[in-house]
Amino acid sequence: MSWLLVAVIVAATTLGDYLQTVSMKRHGEIRDFRPGALGRLAATLARNWMILTAIALMAVSFFAFITLLSIADLSFAVPATAFSFVTETMVSRWLLNERVNWKRWTGVGLVACGVALLAL
Amino acid sequence: MRERLGLKTWVFVAIVVLANVLGNFFMSLGVKRHSTLVGGSPMQYLSVMADPRVVFGISLLIVWLLSRMALLSWADLSYVVPVTAIGYVLNALMGRVFLGEQVTGWRWAGTLLIVAGIALVGSTSVRTSVAEARPE
Repeated sequence: MSWLLVAVIVAATTLGDYLQTVSMKRHGEIRDFRPGALGRLAATLARNWMILTAIALMAVSFFAFITLLSIADLSFAVPATAFSFVTETMVSRWLLNERVNWKRWTGVGLVACGVALLAL
Repeated sequence: MRERLGLKTWVFVAIVVLANVLGNFFMSLGVKRHSTLVGGSPMQYLSVMADPRVVFGISLLIVWLLSRMALLSWADLSYVVPVTAIGYVLNALMGRVFLGEQVTGWRWAGTLLIVAGIALVGSTSVRTSVAEARPE
């Protein structure tokens, strides 16, 4: 059960961030931060199915994490779900076509290990 | 272009991290005052949602979500995810300072690894997936 929840958390986090990134990159770089422009942007994004799905996936990830904490120790939950750092970098490289060089791979590996250690 | 994006990116990274850390902190402060939440009635959940600390925490988490989406409009996902992980370190520090939690040697080691990882990723280009990206 614990590993199933970990899989749900990692998959929902990764897919949610992928959908957010795709829709925001399609929108283009935000340059206008005046309140009116931000309001129009929020209205546009609120009708975007990818953003809405991404937010729903964040909720799935959140509630799955709460459930995981109710049946497993924090020292298991945090390191196990830190694996999403790796899956998100894989998605960035192979689905979003970002250039992930050795510095990024090494940096992500260090961050994931560091997050795992924080739970000890 | 790169310099402008660099400053704008770090300002937004700071907003994303601070909004997330403070949002979680205030949510936690508010929720812990209502110890009978698990298995409670919908009214109990609503009373928790009406707690000023929880309202402030949720507001900050909305700021976190929107600022992170703005950041992703120009920055790589493989850049944003590790760099904003500094929030884990700040959460541990807030636990130490405000809640009196012990920070073990393993946690300090984890903090060092996270900072080293962020330094490495932070030295790469913010954006590599569009035409403006340049070889490093």
